[in-house]
Amino acid sequence: MAGQSVYAALEPLLPRVTKPIQYVGGELNAQTKPWDCGGDDTVRWALLYPDAYEVGLPNQGLQILYEVLNEDPRTLAERTYSVWPDLEALMREAGVPQFTVDGHRPVGDFDLLGVSFATELGYTNLLSALDLAAIPLHSADRTEAHPIVVAGGHAAFNPEPVADFIDAAALGDGEQAVKTITEVVRAHRHLGREATLTALAKTPGVYVPSRYDVEYLPDGRIRRVVPNREGVPWRVAKNTVTDLDEWPYPKQPLVPLAETVHERMSVEIFRGCTRGCRFCQAGMITRPVRERSLQTVGKMVADGLAKTGFSEVGLLSLSSADHSEIDQIATQLADRYEESKTSLSLPSTRVDAFNVTLANELSRSGRRSGLTFAPEGGSERLRRVINKQVSEEDLIRTTTTAYGAGWQQVKLYFMCGLPTETDEDVLGIAAMAKEVIRQGREAAGRPVRVTVSIGGFVPKPHTPFQWAAQADPDVIDARLAMLRQSVGRDKAIGFRYHDGKPGQVEGLLARGDRRVGAVIEAVWRDGGRFDGWSEHFSYDRWMTQAAAVGIDVAWYTTRERGETEVLPWDHLDAGLDKDWLWADWQDALAAAEGGGDGVEDCRWTPCFDCGVCPGLDLEIEQGPTGRQLLPLSPV
Amino acid sequence: MARRSPQPDGPPPPPTVQKIRIRYAKRGRLRFTSHRDVARVFERAVRRASLPVAFSAGFSPHPRISWMGAAPTGVASEAEYVEIGLTEVLDAGDVGRRLDGALPPDLDVLEAVEAGSGALADRLEASVWRLALPGVGDVTAAVGAFLAADELPVIRRTKDGERTLDARAAVLVLRPAGTEVTVTGSPCAILEAVVRHTTPVVRPDDVLTALRAVAALELDAPMVATRLAQGPLLWGEDDAAGGVADPLEADRTDQVAGRGVGVATGSA
Ligand code: SF4
Repeated sequence: MAGQSVYAALEPLLPRVTKPIQYVGGELNAQTKPWDCGGDDTVRWALLYPDAYEVGLPNQGLQILYEVLNEDPRTLAERTYSVWPDLEALMREAGVPQFTVDGHRPVGDFDLLGVSFATELGYTNLLSALDLAAIPLHSADRTEAHPIVVAGGHAAFNPEPVADFIDAAALGDGEQAVKTITEVVRAHRHLGREATLTALAKTPGVYVPSRYDVEYLPDGRIRRVVPNREGVPWRVAKNTVTDLDEWPYPKQPLVPLAETVHERMSVEIFRGCTRGCRFCQAGMITRPVRERSLQTVGKMVADGLAKTGFSEVGLLSLSSADHSEIDQIATQLADRYEESKTSLSLPSTRVDAFNVTLANELSRSGRRSGLTFAPEGGSERLRRVINKQVSEEDLIRTTTTAYGAGWQQVKLYFMCGLPTETDEDVLGIAAMAKEVIRQGREAAGRPVRVTVSIGGFVPKPHTPFQWAAQADPDVIDARLAMLRQSVGRDKAIGFRYHDGKPGQVEGLLARGDRRVGAVIEAVWRDGGRFDGWSEHFSYDRWMTQAAAVGIDVAWYTTRERGETEVLPWDHLDAGLDKDWLWADWQDALAAAEGGGDGVEDCRWTPCFDCGVCPGLDLEIEQGPTGRQLLPLSPV
Repeated sequence: MARRSPQPDGPPPPPTVQKIRIRYAKRGRLRFTSHRDVARVFERAVRRASLPVAFSAGFSPHPRISWMGAAPTGVASEAEYVEIGLTEVLDAGDVGRRLDGALPPDLDVLEAVEAGSGALADRLEASVWRLALPGVGDVTAAVGAFLAADELPVIRRTKDGERTLDARAAVLVLRPAGTEVTVTGSPCAILEAVVRHTTPVVRPDDVLTALRAVAALELDAPMVATRLAQGPLLWGEDDAAGGVADPLEADRTDQVAGRGVGVATGSA
């Protein structure tokens, strides 16, 4: 019978693997509904986060969808995560399929398998999960007996490299989209899989790769992408939830038994970002800015704490200091929780004094450990190229203020391999770090520390840098080595970086087209798993397998694209006007030479016509509302 | 770290005025929790139950929850003990019920009493274990061989390498306790053991390793061990160890006699 628990078969394997608790479920606020909760109409989702439980469990997107779906009495949703290779081997030996952690039901028994891709490096783990679930890897080989595989998350804005492995992709915000998809499936499944997929292809915000044909030019570039069925749109526009106050999820966050990467509760205070940093895919594809009101935030914090017992709350967003009422939110929450042992945190890397003030406020009841700022580029020239308008003076003033206010440790985040970057730009990072230390020491009257953290830049779809040549990993490694030397043995400066190799694979997957799927499959067949983990990632394996299937990695990564080239994701609409993106890319290149226009944040300056708002028929939603947090009895 | 003053500003945290000793069970799937997992779950449950738990002073205050020799990961237990410090005097039974309501199913509070005099940890001298060996039919010979040995060194891998310990001396009682049938239909021999708490402590795994060293035992699935009880050792007529007594008995007696360790003696 479908939907039967496989726990009895799994249990004897668990004492033989590391951290068995991650496979048993039992989280507080988890739900296990009857398999037939909606009778014959029941639609069942397995939600996969294609990474280890410790990373996947805290994921907000998955928790939101899990709750939204389970609130419908005729829909059931359970969660599943990647199993580590030790358990995978035992499961294959014992014939235990990929299972959900809620009901320990076989993933292959569900109607839909939703997979959330935060990063492209999860692609091989999707294949592991499909295979362990006995679902054919290729969409084309699936039958009525198999779930419909739907991808979501940021990486789904270019799902072409996994086009052969998924049946559909949901673009943009998922809250409403999963409900819509559920209803389309409920209404069409009696007509069979093919009819259901075509119906999904006609559903706004849903992209069904098999309903499009890709034609290529003799030189390998794409000629065009054409819908191959009547009524399937040429371009698929993303889903956008306009009022976050209507979707106050998760209402009852999951509390795991196992240790995870975030031991706290999160409340999203707004979605979207319009600062316009040109490298930033997250900012571009989540536009426009939609704020959650002060009252909703306050209620979500209070309810969530009562339901979870967490002792830390993170106020999440892409740049939390930018909420128009962040001042009030921070002060009022700090007042409310000052006496309790609840600590508040706010991920914001904005380089200014206000950010420090906010951090001071939020840490009133707790301790002060570290603050992070992200200047991203080592020189003012480069920062103009990426549209991160921070002067060296701003930065030093900000860090000095932080040290002066009692913070011990400041972390600075940079990228290496940005368009037009030179050795001098990267060496500028060392000079900056030394100056931060010198002035910080003076202001604080004691030794201070700075950690410089550097990531390799990967050009992403739907950004002004989508045309850019990615830096060769050797160039990145050479620059980082030079920087390392220039920092020298200064004990006050910590230095963290990754080599450029994983970035090149990420770049291949991020801007790849359907032909890149063959590399993913070959790498997976050769044993590739958990590519986001340095102990599992193998650059050589990716390069060997790419060569074996005839894919030129450089063509996809270090090649600059031209204005008229059809990009693999052009038929997927994140709301941004392609001409505007191109003009912004040209401004970036002009800025490298001292010219070009910077883009100001459209929340405070006039609209610069990126294309998102008119397409969605909406205005930027933000305060100030002038209201107060709902009065609650102090904790 | 390099902070100048060692203490935060403001008044010190309220002192502990009452200690509650709790016996709880770790059952079913939750046997796979590690000690750290259990500790985290308890801290959150205490918050959710709004118990007035006492906190240590300093910049990262910790709730005053003291653990005693927790069962290893993968091992179930009917007799785990923990002591919680409170800043208000409450009814112990009520504290137990509130905590149980906030803990996940299969982490179950079985008993809660106000602490009397004396340290609970000192009373936990030995454990009674139930060991289920799937796929094993008759264990009489293996048990005989085990008991006949003077010493049974086993090697245990730890973070800092290997260490050898004697799995024989600490085992005061080892006896067959029947046979069951597993889900797959194979026999499953049950053993009962009374093991004295030594340093390093001898765990069920060590006992199994030692058993397999003296007899051929083919398990078709990993052993399932359950701690049935722990407490002060009970000695039988001929001075042979028989089992363990209830370690909370003394606290109960103290309560009746009005000798609770409460406000008067304090502890902070
Ligand atoms: S501030 Fe810049 S980097 Fe941060 S989310 Fe917004 S656009 Fe992206």
